[in-house]
Amino acid sequence: MVYFDKVSKIYSPTSTALDDVSFSIEPQEFLSLVGQSGAGKTTLLKLLLAEEKPTSGKIFFESQDVHALSRGELPFLRRRIGCVFQDFRLLSSKTAYENIAFAMEAAGRTDEDINSSVSQVLEVVGLVDKSWHFPHELSGGEKQRVAIARAIVNQPDLIVADEPTGNLDPLNTREIIEVLKKINEIGTTVLLATHNKDVVNALGKRVITIEKGKIIRDDKGGRYVI
Amino acid sequence: MLLIKIRRVIKVGFINFWRNGWLSLATILVMVITLFVFGSLILGRVLLNATLAQLQDKVDITVYFKTDAKEEEVIAIKDKLAKLNEVQDIIYISADKALSDFKDRHLNNALIAQSLDELAENPLGASLNIKAKDPAQYESISRFLEASAISSIDKINYRQNKVVIDRLSGILKAARTAGFGTTLVLSLIAILVAFNTIRLAIFTSKDEITVMRLVGASSRYIRGPFVVEGVMHGVFAAFITMIIFYPLLLWLGPLAEQFFGGPNLFAYYVSNFFQLFGILILVGAFLGSLSSLIATRRYLKV
Repeated sequence: MVYFDKVSKIYSPTSTALDDVSFSIEPQEFLSLVGQSGAGKTTLLKLLLAEEKPTSGKIFFESQDVHALSRGELPFLRRRIGCVFQDFRLLSSKTAYENIAFAMEAAGRTDEDINSSVSQVLEVVGLVDKSWHFPHELSGGEKQRVAIARAIVNQPDLIVADEPTGNLDPLNTREIIEVLKKINEIGTTVLLATHNKDVVNALGKRVITIEKGKIIRDDKGGRYVI
Repeated sequence: MLLIKIRRVIKVGFINFWRNGWLSLATILVMVITLFVFGSLILGRVLLNATLAQLQDKVDITVYFKTDAKEEEVIAIKDKLAKLNEVQDIIYISADKALSDFKDRHLNNALIAQSLDELAENPLGASLNIKAKDPAQYESISRFLEASAISSIDKINYRQNKVVIDRLSGILKAARTAGFGTTLVLSLIAILVAFNTIRLAIFTSKDEITVMRLVGASSRYIRGPFVVEGVMHGVFAAFITMIIFYPLLLWLGPLAEQFFGGPNLFAYYVSNFFQLFGILILVGAFLGSLSSLIATRRYLKV
């Protein structure tokens, strides 16, 4: 589904974020990407979302070269990938409901479609009673649940989560991971970047470990080992 | 689908305008300053043009004919002159008219009246009063007359007045150029101020624009609401500016009229209200939307 082909990202001669990385993600897989801060996890996700360009190598989403897309074509790719970030990245001037609806509005869905889908995902993440709150009126865990709702509302083929639990307490962390697992069970591919050992060990799914921009381990049913 | 998107863009634009309350207000106030400068420049030009036109109207040359010149001859020359491109207006003053004007002017002077009565015939000749479109053209008009060497012409008063006419036409030209230059510079400054304010306002949305791109919004869909907001800033600012002009001109209009002898600006404001309002709305909306477009561009590169 996703294929990284000898991808390197060099920010400056002294800072190489990724060095000749190749791997693939199968459909409906739950893949954890682990490594210390600065190992290159976030860079890898940014390259997949075409937020940045690789220095060399290619990244394919299905058979499409992500970086061959023009700026006008990119939105169509991104609508098929839901993303969740450590710092939530909600739109501060929009309510929880509007934040979730935005992804659908931008995709040009009808109002009825939006109403029913948004209500549905709000229920999934358990925020029905807070749907008209603005982000600054929500706790960290609630914000992250809104972000997840936004990521899944367009029924994407792939969810990319960049340290989604980095700013959360253990209880919220468990809940977020549970939601991600549920999404994966209904057939969505999940790519989770994290440095939380407990999370990875509890999952028991495929783990790719990167260190200093290189893949050093790729285990099915792996554990967090560094 | 396109219609749905347009409706959403406009709706979101309105909502953002409302939710960004203070930021919108600040932007509108700066825009008011910009539009006030524009409005003042328009009114200033009206005043300047009227004053200059008045001044220019005072400049003319007169061709005096000999007392024995025949009326048909004078009329023929008048028609010939009227065909010249440079000539705006010619007034024919017949010998009789010149005499009666002269008498009127010296009604209280018994000596002059008496000596005129003693003369059997009219000592004054007919004359043509010529106004050119541009003061610089008097030279060529009088040359034309001199070149045609008409025997009945007594004299043309251009040569005597040449220095005054030249100086005045120089002043008129300089005043127009200065007025144009000032307009240009001031509008440029006003545009830059408005543009930078909107740029700063949009800078605060920089991260949000990136997020919108990442969740799959097209550039146009992201920009739309900002443009709608920009247009609203412009329209509101135009409205406020027109309100400010009302009391200001009510007070300033008569004062300026006395000082420049030009038109009453308040009367101009009232009679050209919709035109002026329209110009300010157009300028405001154009500036607001264009600034939004330019300011969002750099954040949409993701």
